[in-house]
Amino acid sequence: MIELYILLLFMIAAAFIAVQIKDLLSSIIAVGAAGLALSVAFLILKAPDLAITQLVVEILCLIILIRATVKRDTASTKDFRGFLTTIVSLVFIGVFLFFAYLALKELPDFGKPIMRVAANFIEMGQAKTGASNLVSSVILDFRAYDTLGEATVLFTAVIGTLAILRRIGRKKKDEVVKEND
Amino acid sequence: MIYLLCLVLFSIGLYCILVKRNLIKIIIGLVIMEYAVNLAFILFGYRLGGRAPILAQDQTIKNMVDPLPQALVLTAIVIGLATTALIVAIAVRIYDRYKTFDITKIRRLKG
Amino acid sequence: MTKNSKGMTLIVKTITRLTVGLILLYGIYIVLHGHLTPGGGFAGGVIIALSFVHLMLAFGKEVALKKVSRPIASLFESIGALMFLSIAVIGFVGGYFFLNFFINKGTPFKLFSAGIMPLCNIAISFKVGAGLFAIFVALVLLKIDSEDKER
Repeated sequence: MIELYILLLFMIAAAFIAVQIKDLLSSIIAVGAAGLALSVAFLILKAPDLAITQLVVEILCLIILIRATVKRDTASTKDFRGFLTTIVSLVFIGVFLFFAYLALKELPDFGKPIMRVAANFIEMGQAKTGASNLVSSVILDFRAYDTLGEATVLFTAVIGTLAILRRIGRKKKDEVVKEND
Repeated sequence: MIYLLCLVLFSIGLYCILVKRNLIKIIIGLVIMEYAVNLAFILFGYRLGGRAPILAQDQTIKNMVDPLPQALVLTAIVIGLATTALIVAIAVRIYDRYKTFDITKIRRLKG
Repeated sequence: MTKNSKGMTLIVKTITRLTVGLILLYGIYIVLHGHLTPGGGFAGGVIIALSFVHLMLAFGKEVALKKVSRPIASLFESIGALMFLSIAVIGFVGGYFFLNFFINKGTPFKLFSAGIMPLCNIAISFKVGAGLFAIFVALVLLKIDSEDKER
């Protein structure tokens, strides 16, 4: 499992660079490096579905973020927010890490999961659904209700984006204002 | 130990959200936190020496990793992309209105 | 970027013309084999959206919008949502939501197996691909619009 540690350390380094570097484009590319490392980590953790999905989603996410930042004035923004805010944030993160460490002791050890439900899925999955990809049989048959909810969230996010970005609404409002004048 | 590294990744994203002033940096912090949470789910379901949860013809595999967290995270990744796009859309609109990404300068409410 | 040559350089355009069909085909393969091999509706939908995004980035927005415009993308997303929901509701015929209503589920490890799951994969891929492409088109159109205003 040494390669997993190396990948996680690489991801932490990439995330740190993304947070601290000044140029926004370099920062976005550092996030892309972290995401592609996450894709390889999924592959090592025996989740090939997630590796494919994370790879393509990462590419689209990078394109959207670069589209949003390029050709905009980003140099004038300073990142420093005052000593007090930084210290309070660091103390808060320290408290969070402490309690999270306490909570981690209650979890099962790495490599020995509790598979009470999943053992059932693995044994009966093929006989009940006829699919050989067990992840697919979980998302589309055993827990399809969850997938319906997630599809609703996706639909809502797309509609919200289109409603925010459309330009017809504002023009109509301006015309109405002119008529009132 | 490996859970702790995952937590460190999460807290880097949290620090970015709490301290930075640039809207794009805050979005980047959210993306990093999303990576950490997805990775944590998969780490909880990993079994040492396990196989990928895909059955093959003419062979019986019994020590598979947990397929349930993988199914949950698979949908969460795509949802994360859609919500990131929503936040980016809001940020672009804010930039059009105020000509800056700095959140301390966005104070006046303009209709 | 001058006004006469929309899009990127000749090299990028030539490579795009060769690869974009293969990317689309790979996305369709991932969707159709979602119940047998790694992949499925979510990953395949994103790959299909990426092929159109690729076309738009290389050739400029007019060429891609001639192939799939924004109303068509919205239409496909609605078709995907309604298809997924109607597959779920048809299950009520047999008793409960999302019933895998095919009695003969086919032989395992073949393409036509697993009952409703290939249909669900196709519906989800419509939804994801069309939705993400619509988001990208909206971002691109808005960007060009605001640049025109500044000039």
